[in-house]
Amino acid sequence: MEYESPKRGKLWLWLDERIGLSDLAKVAKKKEVPIHRHTFWYYFGGMTLFLFMIQVATGILLLLYYRPSAGEAFESIQFIMTEVEFGWLVRSLHSWSANLMIFAMFVHLFSALLLHAYRRPREMTWLSGSGLMGLSLGFGFTGYLLPWNELAYFATRVGTEIPGILPVIGPFLRRLLRGGEDVTGATLTRFYGIHVAILPAIATVILGLHLFLVQKHGMSRPPSAGKNHDEQKSMPFFPNFFLRDLVGWLCALGLLAALAAYYPAELGRKADPFQPAPIGIKPEWYFMAMFQTLKLLPSHILGVEGEFLGVLGFGLVGVILIAMPFLDRQAVQGKISSRLAAGFGLALIVYSVMLTYLGYTMSPTK
Amino acid sequence: MANDETSLALDRGRRKFLNWFLSTTAGAFFISVAYPLSRYLIPPVVEESTAGTVTLSIKPNDLKANTGQIFRFGSVPAILVKDTHGELKAFSAVCTHLACIVQYRSDINHIWCACHNGHFDLNGRNVEGPPPKPLEQFVVNVRAEQIVVNKRG
Repeated sequence: MEYESPKRGKLWLWLDERIGLSDLAKVAKKKEVPIHRHTFWYYFGGMTLFLFMIQVATGILLLLYYRPSAGEAFESIQFIMTEVEFGWLVRSLHSWSANLMIFAMFVHLFSALLLHAYRRPREMTWLSGSGLMGLSLGFGFTGYLLPWNELAYFATRVGTEIPGILPVIGPFLRRLLRGGEDVTGATLTRFYGIHVAILPAIATVILGLHLFLVQKHGMSRPPSAGKNHDEQKSMPFFPNFFLRDLVGWLCALGLLAALAAYYPAELGRKADPFQPAPIGIKPEWYFMAMFQTLKLLPSHILGVEGEFLGVLGFGLVGVILIAMPFLDRQAVQGKISSRLAAGFGLALIVYSVMLTYLGYTMSPTK
Repeated sequence: MANDETSLALDRGRRKFLNWFLSTTAGAFFISVAYPLSRYLIPPVVEESTAGTVTLSIKPNDLKANTGQIFRFGSVPAILVKDTHGELKAFSAVCTHLACIVQYRSDINHIWCACHNGHFDLNGRNVEGPPPKPLEQFVVNVRAEQIVVNKRG
């Protein structure tokens, strides 16, 4: 069906002649979104993107008052929270939106995994998505230190000690991350630089690639959908799906505003490297399953240090996840590798939920 | 004919030389950027305080029996414990598991790490939980109302 171009104004025609607006419109019209019983899960990628944009905007605002040094960081955030008008709101939005973004990203990741969206020709989309997940966790980890409070200080001590367990390169990696032997003001400025410049620069490139690939290949129709005629339907991405996306974004914004207003971000006590770790210390929820695993592992398993095996296990899960398109090459319904892939995804979800639950409910002193 | 072939061969030779020349230059340029960059990212080694002896500001009687106190041993944290018999002991306060700072728990007479629930007894031995090694123990001497802590050996 030939698309009938609507009447355009003078400005549109002027711009079209100079930057080719009609070409862009053609690109936007090209993508179709499949309609089937799993269409719902398509909304989480866009939602992650929306929350990322909120992170960029609120992050830039926080930069105007934040001071990245051990002597001033905590105080500058106190200043933002108590003196700057709506400072509490901007920081709470940044902190809550970070959590919601990670959550939306996990939903997006696991739905892509369970619906086998990584299969040919979308391997690069999966790989770039894996890269973005790594970057997001990096954003979370480096951003957590910036308030320079007790929780942040110990989370960073533990987090930067973990790569230190690796043989040979471990101590070097730890020093590189910390900017010295210990977690000090040098670590804070280093994390600040990583959080506000290095990660955003890399994320912009990879996010651009990811979005380009999604536009190029369109959304994947899961192998389980589309057998009967009803599930072969689709709708144009622009404007049909995009408007639905906006409704999702509005819901996310509503939730975000409510969380930020009713549960503003806390600051806690200033970090003191000569105080014991506080009782009940916890990392962010998305690191909780790993934290709890390290807590429950015994000191030695078959003569090997438990923490080393734990870290090795996390690494292995990460590698399997990243390599999924190549382990399950042609996902088809009922094929054994696809069943294994789905089983792996489900097992990972169940394990993480259980350990996270334990992390929040087990007595911290027993 | 022969002339053409010679000039072709000569061309190929020149092309090969130019390719080699350009890629070497590009490689050299890359290294001249990458080397200083990587050296810049590695933090310089700062002189560590190698204190082998520390005289504490705490007096022996300031600390009650069955309590503990963190102190600075050079640039690293250490813990001073007075056990139920009034004996003073000192250890490195850095947990051997993942480097959190430990504390003394009077309810179970253990040195304990809040991060991953690691337990050490009052000889510094790792007795429960994930820590793989004992805490480093220091020697405590009381001289004229002053506590002096030394590294062993």
